[in-house]
Amino acid sequence: MLIDERLEVETPEGAMLSLSVAGPVPRALAYAIDLAIRLVIYGALASVFAALGKAGMGLLLIMAFVLEWFYPTLFEAFRHGQTPGKKAMGLVVVHANGSPLSFNGSLIRNLLRTADAFPLFYLLGFICTLISPRYQRLGDMAANTLVVHIEETPQIQEQAQGDTLAPDWSLSRDDQLALLAFHERHDRFSEARQQELAQLAYPELTPALALQRLNAVSRYLVQGPT
Amino acid sequence: MKQARFEQQYRPEWQALERQLEQLESLHVSKKNKLTLDTFVTDYRKLCHQLALARERGYSVQLQQFLNNLVLRAHRQLYRYNPSLADRIGTFIASGFPQAVRRQWRWHLVSALAFVLSMALVWVLVQQQPEMIYTVVDEASIANLESMYQPENQADMKNERSGDDDVMMFGHYIQNNIGIAFRTFASGLLLGVGALVVMLFNGSFFGAAAGHLINVGAQEPFFTFVIAHGAPELTAIVLAGGAGLRLGWAIIAPGPWSRLDALRLAARDALPTMYGVFALLLLAAFIEAFWSPRDLAPTIKYSVGAACWGLLYLYLLFGGRDGTRKG
Repeated sequence: MLIDERLEVETPEGAMLSLSVAGPVPRALAYAIDLAIRLVIYGALASVFAALGKAGMGLLLIMAFVLEWFYPTLFEAFRHGQTPGKKAMGLVVVHANGSPLSFNGSLIRNLLRTADAFPLFYLLGFICTLISPRYQRLGDMAANTLVVHIEETPQIQEQAQGDTLAPDWSLSRDDQLALLAFHERHDRFSEARQQELAQLAYPELTPALALQRLNAVSRYLVQGPT
Repeated sequence: MKQARFEQQYRPEWQALERQLEQLESLHVSKKNKLTLDTFVTDYRKLCHQLALARERGYSVQLQQFLNNLVLRAHRQLYRYNPSLADRIGTFIASGFPQAVRRQWRWHLVSALAFVLSMALVWVLVQQQPEMIYTVVDEASIANLESMYQPENQADMKNERSGDDDVMMFGHYIQNNIGIAFRTFASGLLLGVGALVVMLFNGSFFGAAAGHLINVGAQEPFFTFVIAHGAPELTAIVLAGGAGLRLGWAIIAPGPWSRLDALRLAARDALPTMYGVFALLLLAAFIEAFWSPRDLAPTIKYSVGAACWGLLYLYLLFGGRDGTRKG
């Protein structure tokens, strides 16, 4: 989750959604996974239809057509904007306003794949994703779609109990966010590192006391006075 | 309000919304476990409000992230695209497709001219100077053409041809022709050049084949074979080219819009044509595989072919006109 890949979108309800746009590399990997899946399906169908002679050959050609042109469209339109490859990579296709992908949008972006694949190996599409501020290839531009990361939803932690202490300075919003971030993440640091950080706030105290004080203040921010 | 109280107060609402979302996101829900979704919209609005509050009050990033993702999921479900398919297909065939084609008649005209003029030119050249065929088409293709339509080979082919062959060719036409049409459309995005090249190439090839087969005396098998499915097939390829040119022109001359917006509008405008092209090519593949190879008297073949052309163009020119406004 890099800052410069964030895209803010306003919904009709006035809420700001923040999306994380996906770059060429995860998308290429997702494409590779899809390609492998398609080849496996094609191989399996080929061995089944081979038993049916020429009629089977005809059916196989139809299936090859469907796999080539409609595999991404059908998955994206009916599986919430995800082909299996995109699902594996944690990607999803949405309209630029954050709303879910429609069938038409999916069809436009997938029909125009040929232009993106020009002249070889998606070179034009790759160049376009690098130029475009929202990592769109030509098909995405025409359909006004984005490929975004699905973010892990953090679990809300149960609040730890303990003493609380009101901060002895007037708290700015940034201070509050920094303290809350410390409160949520301090478990991940070693004791020594926590003390080191706490001493930035209370240089006049010993490391252990500074940490105790900082924990009490951050608990106060979450729970209020007890 | 402190964050802990905020969470405590609203967590039941968030959990309720999550349960509704799980139901909406899954494809099948058993009747027994079905929740009513009466409150989904109001719950969603409340959630938007709570996200804004959490941001304004500077609650922790983790909580903001949690709420943001929940809003995102609910937003996806609320604005989900959920059409009744049969209705839309019905209106599309009855009026949408011919209207879309007429709306873009300029592009289709350019595309058709590229096809027809190159065809006529090569046809006349090859008929005037039979050896010209070797400069236009490679020898393997010529041999292939001759073996398909020479009267003496025709008899063998028709006797051997079975229902299985028809199905195989049906698959082949679908995979090959529809793929070509889609690629033609997409290559129009490359400033229209791709679509024009496909039109010129296919026009020349068809002209060369027709001229050459007349020269070698195989015109009857050739024209009786192509006339019926030629109507939807050639029309569809020309329409795909026209739709592609529309895309390319949006980039060359976007008019009052930015190039990006022009491209978006063009794509939305051209998409109905492509649905129609797909339908026409399915029809063409069906006729080509199951009707065209039937060994019937040329008069029957020609009249059915003429009917195909006539009906198709009546449909494209007059279908979906409601008489009150220009289509």
